Amino acid sequence: MKASTILVALAGQPNCGKSTVFNALTGARQHVANYPGVTVDKMTGWYKHNGNKVEVVDLPGTYSLTSYSPEERVSRDFIIHEKPTVAVNVMDASNLKRCLYLTFQLLEMDIPVVLNLNMMDVAENRGMAIDVEKLSKRLGIRVAPTVMKSGKGKKGLLDTIADVSGEKETIKGALIDYGEMEPFIRDILARLSAETSLAERYPLRWMAIKLMEGDSEAQRLIRKNHPDAHSFIEFVEKMRADFEARHDERPEMHIANRRYQAADDIARSCLKLPASAKRPLSDKLDSIVCHRFLGPAFMVGVIWLLYYLSIVQGYNITNYTWPLLAKLRSLTEALTPEPGLIEVPLIRAFALWLVDSVNALLNYIPIFFILFGLIAILEDSGYMPRMAFIMDRLFSRFGLHGQSTLPMVLGGIYVGGCAVPGVMSCKGIPDERSRLATILIIPMLNCLAKVPLYVLLINIYFAAHKAWAMFFISTISLLLVLPVSKILVLTALKKKETAPFVMEMPPYHIPTLRGVLGRAVERVWLFVRKITTIVVAVAVVVFALLQFPGISEERMAHYEGQKEKAVAAFSKKVKGTTPYAEQLTGDSLMDLVLYWDDYKDAKMLTKGKEAMAALNAQYEKKNPVFLKIVQPGKDKVAKKVNRAFKELFKARMGILREMRKERIDNSFLGRLGKWLEPATRWAGFNWRVNVALLSAFAAKESSVATLGALYEQEEEGEALEQRMARGEVGFTPLHALALMVFMVLYPPCLAASIAVKLQAGSVKWMIFSMTYPMVLGLAFSTLVFSLGSALGLSGLQAMFAFYGLALAFTVVLGLVGNTAEYA
Amino acid sequence: MTLDQLKPGSEGRIKSLSARDKLGQRLIDMGVYPGLRLRVIRNAPLEDPMEVELDGYFVSLRHDEARFVEVEPA
Repeated sequence: MKASTILVALAGQPNCGKSTVFNALTGARQHVANYPGVTVDKMTGWYKHNGNKVEVVDLPGTYSLTSYSPEERVSRDFIIHEKPTVAVNVMDASNLKRCLYLTFQLLEMDIPVVLNLNMMDVAENRGMAIDVEKLSKRLGIRVAPTVMKSGKGKKGLLDTIADVSGEKETIKGALIDYGEMEPFIRDILARLSAETSLAERYPLRWMAIKLMEGDSEAQRLIRKNHPDAHSFIEFVEKMRADFEARHDERPEMHIANRRYQAADDIARSCLKLPASAKRPLSDKLDSIVCHRFLGPAFMVGVIWLLYYLSIVQGYNITNYTWPLLAKLRSLTEALTPEPGLIEVPLIRAFALWLVDSVNALLNYIPIFFILFGLIAILEDSGYMPRMAFIMDRLFSRFGLHGQSTLPMVLGGIYVGGCAVPGVMSCKGIPDERSRLATILIIPMLNCLAKVPLYVLLINIYFAAHKAWAMFFISTISLLLVLPVSKILVLTALKKKETAPFVMEMPPYHIPTLRGVLGRAVERVWLFVRKITTIVVAVAVVVFALLQFPGISEERMAHYEGQKEKAVAAFSKKVKGTTPYAEQLTGDSLMDLVLYWDDYKDAKMLTKGKEAMAALNAQYEKKNPVFLKIVQPGKDKVAKKVNRAFKELFKARMGILREMRKERIDNSFLGRLGKWLEPATRWAGFNWRVNVALLSAFAAKESSVATLGALYEQEEEGEALEQRMARGEVGFTPLHALALMVFMVLYPPCLAASIAVKLQAGSVKWMIFSMTYPMVLGLAFSTLVFSLGSALGLSGLQAMFAFYGLALAFTVVLGLVGNTAEYA
Repeated sequence: MTLDQLKPGSEGRIKSLSARDKLGQRLIDMGVYPGLRLRVIRNAPLEDPMEVELDGYFVSLRHDEARFVEVEPA
């Protein structure tokens, strides 16, 4: 056998253990991409067998190979156009009859098929006995039984694939006899081969059957390849009508029936069933999990556990991982040019900005790792379809889908989610329209990063009614999201493809550790790779917007003067304090600043007496005099210097803060904020608020940080609450309410926008997802503020009024019918 | 009688499917085809969708979809 690349396609129905087979065959040599034009994952991998490289493509799990869903289209296009050397049909051995329905469709596509009877253990446990040899003989193809979960039978499967791919002649598997339809198929086939050259590229019998089925993709191929496509399609339509008139059965129904009959016939002859084919454990579990009252309660428990383990416990883990990221920052500090007392080199500011932006995201990794692991458990165990079963009624009223449940939970259906995993988990929703609607509304749920702003505003302006305000903000997002989704479905998404709900309720499985960890690692890696690279790119832009054009020379001179004054004051105070004064002139003053910072940072990370002693010894070695200033102990002179230095340090911070404020004021973003003020005034936002909101796009936490920079600190330790209340005298609870409403509807942050682009599959949707919430948000906050002011409502009254309106709107829209064209 | 009218616990035999195209094909592909016996297992906590068993295989579908499955109660 010559060494050549063999292409193997894995095909099978959902829940047949296909991904286990794929993992067992390829191990870590995997790669995820997208099929062109659709958001279906293309999983490829490879392995070596007997010196041959074998490339494996894991096709999406499908029940059939029609052209009604993107997954099915992708699978059959791959088989038809890429012509794999072998198609391995992975099958759940305990579900033989149903799985054969797909096998027959694969055989019709005229490629070599190997049947992989997986999950043999499950079949045996249920008391089923499968006659493998007989099955192979009846189907006319090789059959390899496996228990891939434990690797049993893997070698046999590899050998079978190698055997079949080495054969010159394609083995013809058993074909279905379509009975009364055969003459019709023959007629179409004859005309196809006479009038077109399709036979060179496509299996004609398959094509003829698909045409009889009324398949739209097959018709498209005819339109592309037939010289007189119009009359040919008319001919096919006539054949279909003739068949239906003569046999009183729709052609596609007849075809499916014959396939099921053949499957039934083979299953009967090759399979010994036990007396009762029940799923005792799954049934018992379902009577609780899907129970009228226990079911929803159980689901709330699962969701709570998901939050608790990933968000709460994951957050705790970040306490241990953050120091690692902090080290990355210190390293950057060490590698970039050192700052002066008040001048920060641009390159340093830029490098630190980048590291901070990336760190802010990398910090989420422990949370995501746990979250993705737990989702994998939910997926593998079979609980997801049950969740969809319970929630579908509610969500489908608003154009969403039962399977929108998990994404919405992750996005923060109450308070404290994250849109990124939320959007990423939309992949599984089979209905294109609902999937897009879910992707578009998730960023409006209350993600963790919106909470600091809520807390800040509630503490200042709703201090007397904190509980009400918190309740309002936690639940209002759902009351906005549901009607918005319904409106999107009725307007922007109206023409999108829908899919029936009809869904298998698979038996429960115990997830394997390998499968769960593997998926968690893979998804975290995807997140890091895709999100981080783009975040870096946009961070650069935001940096430029905030940094330039910067502070004018004359203002810079003014700050220089302030600095000189502070330094002079310091020099005067420490005069004559040997040996300190001698060491604290010119550049060495900055050295002390850095030394001070370093020491304080290091101290924060050090725990225990011994470690502290070691730290002190280390810094003593670096500079004993400085250490004395930092840690004066009982030394009076050192204490004096320490005090003087602290004052200088404070003065320096003050100047830096003022410079930062001026820089933001002056920056492009600041100007944009001012420029927007006439429009946002009706919502009660002044330009400072605008700037804070604009900066929140990079990450929502930034809104509070920017507000912090804009409301300068006058006294040490004054909380932002006080500063803001003082800085904005005219700011009322109504202003705050409008701001909170805007924040609820805030467009997705950078990372979430990227996730939207990945999942929705186009930049167009990403831009849409960024603009429409802004328009809505401005509209709603204008409504709250302007109408509230006109009616003289207090913040709390306006809050209740808005809540009532949203609730009424949600109920009304829930009653509007959905358009489903099934007949 | 159509499938959506069957109460949980009751059984029937599928007579025909009146849905075409996407829903019709999906139902067939999921094993809902004429001649088969089925049993309604339960309705979801909010009444919709419903879960049915066909030949040892469990499928859930909305009542709106079940309307297109003509059944003969047993």
